[in-house]
Amino acid sequence: MTTARPSPGVRLKRFASNVGFALAVFVIVSPAILVMLWMLSLSLKNDVDNIAFPPVFVPSPPTFANFIDVFEKNRFDIYFVNSLVVSGVSTLIAILVGVPAGYGIAKAQAHKLAVLTLIARITPGLSYLIPLYILFQWIGLTGTVWPIVITHLVLTVPIFIYVMIGFFENLPPDLEEAALIDGCSLWQAFRYVALPLARPGIVVGAILSVIFSWNNFIFGAVLGGRTTRTLPVAVFNMLTFEQLAWGPLAAAALLVTAPVLILTLFIQKEIVGGLTTGGVKGG
Amino acid sequence: MTEASTLERKVASAAKAVSTRGPGFDRNYLPFVYPALIITLAVIVFPWIFTIYMSFYDWKIGHAREFVGFANFTKLTTDARFIESIGHTLYFTALAVVLPVIFGTIAALIFNERFPLRGLFRAIFILPMMATPVAVALVWTMMFHPQLGVLNYLLSLVGIPPQLWVYSPETVIPSLVAVEVWHWTPLVMLIVLGGLASLPTEPYESARIDGASAWQMFRHITLPLIMPFILVAGVIRMIDALKAFDTIFVITSGGPGTASETINIYLYLQAFSFYNIGYASAMTMVFFALIIVLTLVLLYLRQKAKWT
Repeated sequence: MTTARPSPGVRLKRFASNVGFALAVFVIVSPAILVMLWMLSLSLKNDVDNIAFPPVFVPSPPTFANFIDVFEKNRFDIYFVNSLVVSGVSTLIAILVGVPAGYGIAKAQAHKLAVLTLIARITPGLSYLIPLYILFQWIGLTGTVWPIVITHLVLTVPIFIYVMIGFFENLPPDLEEAALIDGCSLWQAFRYVALPLARPGIVVGAILSVIFSWNNFIFGAVLGGRTTRTLPVAVFNMLTFEQLAWGPLAAAALLVTAPVLILTLFIQKEIVGGLTTGGVKGG
Repeated sequence: MTEASTLERKVASAAKAVSTRGPGFDRNYLPFVYPALIITLAVIVFPWIFTIYMSFYDWKIGHAREFVGFANFTKLTTDARFIESIGHTLYFTALAVVLPVIFGTIAALIFNERFPLRGLFRAIFILPMMATPVAVALVWTMMFHPQLGVLNYLLSLVGIPPQLWVYSPETVIPSLVAVEVWHWTPLVMLIVLGGLASLPTEPYESARIDGASAWQMFRHITLPLIMPFILVAGVIRMIDALKAFDTIFVITSGGPGTASETINIYLYLQAFSFYNIGYASAMTMVFFALIIVLTLVLLYLRQKAKWT
């Protein structure tokens, strides 16, 4: 009687292919995790260990001196607030105009307007920066954080609208149609029917837009002054001043990017679920 | 009476709104778009138009501007540094498209399988593309250090002599490409993974009945079906690689010398180090045209791949 139990040869083969597969997973994930761990390792070691050769991999004992050093020698508190204001306000504006816009474009099938957001995606960031820089000089906004907030709309508004279009196109239209037949205006159907359903889409769009704004370097680098620069610009400035102080540099890098990495883990499913199919990326 | 007629009108307009759904453009929804349109006009369309205007002027910040017609554009054709930067950009872009597309496709095939902790591994895999570019660039700068960097130590373990990485004109662009590959392979993986998820199961079943091997099924079913997604990933990767700025600027600023100076880096220097706003605007337009043309070429190739 033959049962479902495979022969030893087949089992060995299956075992070998499983081991091979595990190895492949390990190989493709390791560059990502190793670079992140190396950043963590550098930030937790003293300067002697950091420039030792051969390198010291595991901090023993780990020290938080680098993080304290970053806050003592730089005004990271100010830069942190700047980054928070810039990505927060630019995302808030993107939500206010982007939710109705995404709804309107999805419902009206206004593909030409969607193409506009795509062209905005193709255009190099510097080509916005030069004219807006001149404009801000003319109207005297330099020296405040507002020019940075306004230029960040170039990133946040298209990303957010793009996410919302995708979201509203996938929302079943039955409920709104029922509302329209019951005599709701288009605005009411949007406000009381579609908007409450759009919450998850808004959350994902907002997180992506905050991340891309938070990560942006070039706008803040050109438009930010001593007190208005954002975190990535502040970290870049540390590089030019502290050549071989790797501990504080890595600590600063980690401080900037840790909030983003944590947010990413939260919306990991949505990112994988195809939001990036259109190539959402700031730039 | 009037109440009834307003109700009638309401129903009629609602019915019209419902019936005009579907294919075609519905004007009634335009007001929803207006606020976003105003912002888009201000921060996106206005800069485009103003860039065109500036490109016809000899315009240096802090100096009087002077209309020069197409002089900025003719100057570009004789600017050796600009022409050199085009070469660097194309070299960088070619590598930074092909390698992530290959690695990303392989990674997508792996993540398309079911295995324990897949979600966690996938989350770790996509972390690089979300990480702050300046932070990423800083860590790689330290890793590239010729005497103390961890990369040369790792090479020494397998008996390869130490490299100069970004400190040598010969290896600077491939080294920067390594950072770019690390940074953006996840985006390719996600796009191709989306394609793999949409594959039908029937062709595989009939192929299995016909006794096809795993490789044959991949080569003749999977690959042709996900080709459109791979090409989309290639187009997006090309646009981003042409525009790459942050990591190059932080790690080398175009150096050593001008060995890694791409169009975008040279453009930045012209605009915000030399303050030649007019000249930089002309360069922006040529750069933008280059991006559009290369994108259209790739999209044309994609279209062709679809028909054959």
